[in-house]
Amino acid sequence: MTDALLQIKNLCLERDGRQVLRDVNLELYPGQVHTLMGLNGSGKSSLAYTIMGCEGYTPSAGQILFEGQELNGLSIVERARRGVTLAWQEPARFEGIPVGKYVGVGMKTPNRDHVVAALDAVSLPAKFYGYRSTDQSLSGGERKRIELASVYAMHPRLAILDEPDSGIDVLTLGDIGVLIRRMAAEGCAVLLITHNDELVSVSDMASIMCAGSIIFSGSPLEAHQYFTQRCMTHYESLGAQPWNEADPQVQAAYASNGVPRTNVQGEGVR
Amino acid sequence: MATTAARKHASGQRPGWAGELSDMLDAYSQAGGDPEALQLPDVATLVVSANQVLTSHEVPGIHFVAEPLEHGVKAKITVEPGAHIDKTVHLCFGVIPAEGLQEIIADYDIGAGAQVNFLAHCSFPNAVKVQHLMQARIHIGEGASMSYTEEHYHGPHGGIEVRPHAEVTVAKNGRFVTTFSLTRGRVGLIDLDYLVHVAEGGLAEMTTKAYGSQDDHITVREVVHLDGPQARGLTKTRVAVRNQAVSEIYTAMEGNAPGARGHMDCTEIVRDQAEARNTPLVIVRDDKAQVTHEAAIGSVNRKELESLLARGLDEDDAVDLIIRGMIR
Repeated sequence: MTDALLQIKNLCLERDGRQVLRDVNLELYPGQVHTLMGLNGSGKSSLAYTIMGCEGYTPSAGQILFEGQELNGLSIVERARRGVTLAWQEPARFEGIPVGKYVGVGMKTPNRDHVVAALDAVSLPAKFYGYRSTDQSLSGGERKRIELASVYAMHPRLAILDEPDSGIDVLTLGDIGVLIRRMAAEGCAVLLITHNDELVSVSDMASIMCAGSIIFSGSPLEAHQYFTQRCMTHYESLGAQPWNEADPQVQAAYASNGVPRTNVQGEGVR
Repeated sequence: MATTAARKHASGQRPGWAGELSDMLDAYSQAGGDPEALQLPDVATLVVSANQVLTSHEVPGIHFVAEPLEHGVKAKITVEPGAHIDKTVHLCFGVIPAEGLQEIIADYDIGAGAQVNFLAHCSFPNAVKVQHLMQARIHIGEGASMSYTEEHYHGPHGGIEVRPHAEVTVAKNGRFVTTFSLTRGRVGLIDLDYLVHVAEGGLAEMTTKAYGSQDDHITVREVVHLDGPQARGLTKTRVAVRNQAVSEIYTAMEGNAPGARGHMDCTEIVRDQAEARNTPLVIVRDDKAQVTHEAAIGSVNRKELESLLARGLDEDDAVDLIIRGMIR
């Protein structure tokens, strides 16, 4: 098997005295789409920012290895130049920077045709959008598609896509799925954060995060079942994300909601 | 229609001022203007170098009367009531030598129902010790619309003092939109001072963009009185300063009538040892009026910066791109 492009080992993150990531372990291979699911506040975006090296997201323990090399201690720019990039969940707005310029900003050699192709891949005709400003005049959905186009135009080796589907209309959602598969086919590893069933289905593997930990990894279908059965039970019955399923409160909630005592992989509950 | 100076002498013997016009056209180009636009027969133009009117070309509906002063020009620009000037009117002011004083006293009278767009380029490409003083009175008649875009180029030396001052009255349902831009070359010292009164249903929208460096000093004072019911006002200030440059922005908006709506929006980006000040003043004298204000002063937005860093731009290039976009 190909060596992992990204290896996350026992990664921990503390912010404002709170444990945001707990012993996260994850591997991602070239050409693989790996979906991260989980309730709001479970740590998905924090993991994305930590991998990217954003300010305030320095791990308290653990390793992030990219092609076997430690990323900890490298700046965002250094990580980006090694081929790591991130599409933000709520992308920044840039007053006066034209869409075409922004899309091409990560290209090693700016090329108009590639910018046009990247915009086309997210169903935004360059002739209408290329010279528009990347500012508040764009809808949330348009801005997110531009963010994806800019990631695609960069041809990264690892693309972290933080909820690329939110605010996207149903017709465009299919195009986003096609684009993600195209990136993977070109060898890019994609870490996809989403709750959307249609996008989960384009992934090769899926993991579920809960209270800062990855509590399940498996096929997209298995992860989806696990998520709907257990995580939703946590949320609806307990209003929280207890990651310890041995907790008596969690067990009681499972019992009252008819959740099986084994997980979708048939293993006994801890 | 009056056509003077350069056009009448475009061929034949080269008059004494032709060299100066050529220099002005070069300067106009440096300021971002298109010299060819000044030659088109259906485009009204007024070109002033120091205290000489080099070109004055009218089109139907617009009239220029200009007379030289000791250190500048006094000009009256009139747009007839109901006239729609289709092509943007091009104005060009400047001083070519390294030292000099240019004083422009301008009187704009936009007749009721008229529509006109002005594009003014002010170029001082060699300025080492130049003063450019503009005192304008602008009256926009009932239902009339005037846009005025002013772009400056001050050369690389910074030895220039620019003081554009204007008093503007916008009559009922009139519309005044102005953009002042000084984003290339050095600023030197700029002291922009606009006082605007807006009557019922009228609109005043003012945008100021400047990028100061070294010991440049930028002062912007914009005061808008929304005097009539449903009058609307917007001031938008985008300034970046670096090195030891200083920017001082004073904006005031008064909501004096029912339904008046005003907003002041200021962003100043500071780098190095530069300093930025912002003093907004909001006055409301009617319980059905509303004036709002927002300001962001300081470093570039972290999220914007990280978005560009994550595409591989180094920090200096990313900050420059953000600033250039903001003042574009």
